[in-house]
Amino acid sequence: MTGSKVTTMHDAVRELVHDGDTVAIEGFTHLICFAAGHEIIRQRRRDLTLARMTPDVVYDQMIGAGVAGKLIFSWMGNPGVGNLHAVRRRIERADPEPLEIEEYSHFGMVCRYMAGASNLPFFPLRSYYESDIPVVNPKIVPMTSPYDDGDQVFVVPPLKPDVTIVHAQRADAGGDTQIWGLLGCQKEAAFAAHRVIVVVEEVVEESVIRRDPNRTVIPGVVVDAVVEAPFGCHPSFAQGYYDRDNAFYLEWDRIAKDPDTLEAWLREWVYGTADHAEYVQKMGAARWDGLKPGPALSGEVDYGRYA
Amino acid sequence: MSAAAGPGYSKSEIMIAASARRLAGAANCFVGVGLPNIVCNLAQRTVAPELQLVYESGVFGARPERLPLSIGDPTLATGATAITSMFELFAFYLQAGLIDVAFLGGAQIDRFGNLNTTVIGDYASPTVRLPGSGGACEIAIHAKRILVIMRQAQRSFVDRIDFCTSPGHSGDPSRDAARGWHGSGPTDVVTDLGTYVFDEASGEMTLATLHPGVTLEQVRAGMGWEPAVAASLGETPPPTPEELRTIREELDPGGAYTK
Repeated sequence: MTGSKVTTMHDAVRELVHDGDTVAIEGFTHLICFAAGHEIIRQRRRDLTLARMTPDVVYDQMIGAGVAGKLIFSWMGNPGVGNLHAVRRRIERADPEPLEIEEYSHFGMVCRYMAGASNLPFFPLRSYYESDIPVVNPKIVPMTSPYDDGDQVFVVPPLKPDVTIVHAQRADAGGDTQIWGLLGCQKEAAFAAHRVIVVVEEVVEESVIRRDPNRTVIPGVVVDAVVEAPFGCHPSFAQGYYDRDNAFYLEWDRIAKDPDTLEAWLREWVYGTADHAEYVQKMGAARWDGLKPGPALSGEVDYGRYA
Repeated sequence: MSAAAGPGYSKSEIMIAASARRLAGAANCFVGVGLPNIVCNLAQRTVAPELQLVYESGVFGARPERLPLSIGDPTLATGATAITSMFELFAFYLQAGLIDVAFLGGAQIDRFGNLNTTVIGDYASPTVRLPGSGGACEIAIHAKRILVIMRQAQRSFVDRIDFCTSPGHSGDPSRDAARGWHGSGPTDVVTDLGTYVFDEASGEMTLATLHPGVTLEQVRAGMGWEPAVAASLGETPPPTPEELRTIREELDPGGAYTK
């Protein structure tokens, strides 16, 4: 661990997220950092390019709030529920303004982060054959293998976000970050980014991290700021800490259908709260109690002591 | 529904039962949410007890204790055989050819099993913006078999899809055989009216069975092209009492997906 990088969400966003930046808030269903999305809305960032494999409710909120001009993605929707109404209004009707899109498949997005994280000029994959996706996205390019004329792949360019924001269960003050459960693209998106904000359920002692180094997904060396924000994923989930709030995902479908109710929701829950702690308090203890899972401990392994 | 008023099972239930039987012998299956999830869980309890459930969220060998509400539900992580990075899941498992069967669906399908989950209308100014590929494009290419579950309607079974998200058959089987992909493309389509296979000589979706009580006219009314019909057109076996009991009591007691 190096020096402490612990700060507030307000200061992390103020210092590290700028107008016009490409911002990735990753997390595949799991560990989606809504708290950071809300702070970006509160600070009224503009003209962001938002990247994310699965733009879901957090990007519907951010795009509905007007922070972004462009979206890079591979699947957009409210998982298990349906549509993203604010995003669709902008794509289908330019309402209230157009939204530029750049579209891949999941594997293509993963490979873009891999190229970005690995300092490669492109990444090859076997997908897109006979699909119209490369027809509408000229950045997906066919390439013949230099070793076999008969073998064609497609390549995608590196994605290097200006800022990646990762939610995790725990990190130490230096940003050494541990995740369990679905890993999504948190690691690849963090290594690919110029700046990284890690948001955690708990900041822990360095010794906690060192006891189980296999669980460390992102080392502090690539992390610029560490923010402690319990329930920072809500309505997404943090494995072992709280469940996905499906009632909220269903509720969002109704809220986002009408731009006025969406705006009223933002006024009450984002602009109207000073920070995520206030949002958590406003949601009420009963909501959090209802999302608490039962225990399922992993057991322990013995790393051995080699003195 | 009373026995006198109908067959004693819903359209969803016969779709689930017919689909689950098509997983006999499969070692693993790429699962989606909704009906495919119930199909795989039914197959695990009937024709494919060793079936490993694979989710694109990075889970291999899931043992969900509740009906997952999304492909990233936390119940998929707890108790799984392995949780991988998404790169590993797509590269080592899917692209390398380890996946036996996958389920796909879409807003539109054509007679060769090409699927559209991207847009209705023009891409640049769509009438309806759909979710997009997700993993469907690479799944269609690499899973050894693709099962399609969709409800039939003129607007979804179309002569020409507006956008090809996930490739199916080209209409020229000798050309398809030379593609060098792991996948053989869609092999079965199960709808609320019947089941289809893809003809080996033409690559075309061909009606193989009608569900009990369904007529050929109903099928024609739910398609944007004149469907090919197998010479030996049969009837889909209805769900067995044990299949219905499993679906209703164990897999979807709330009837969220099966009513």
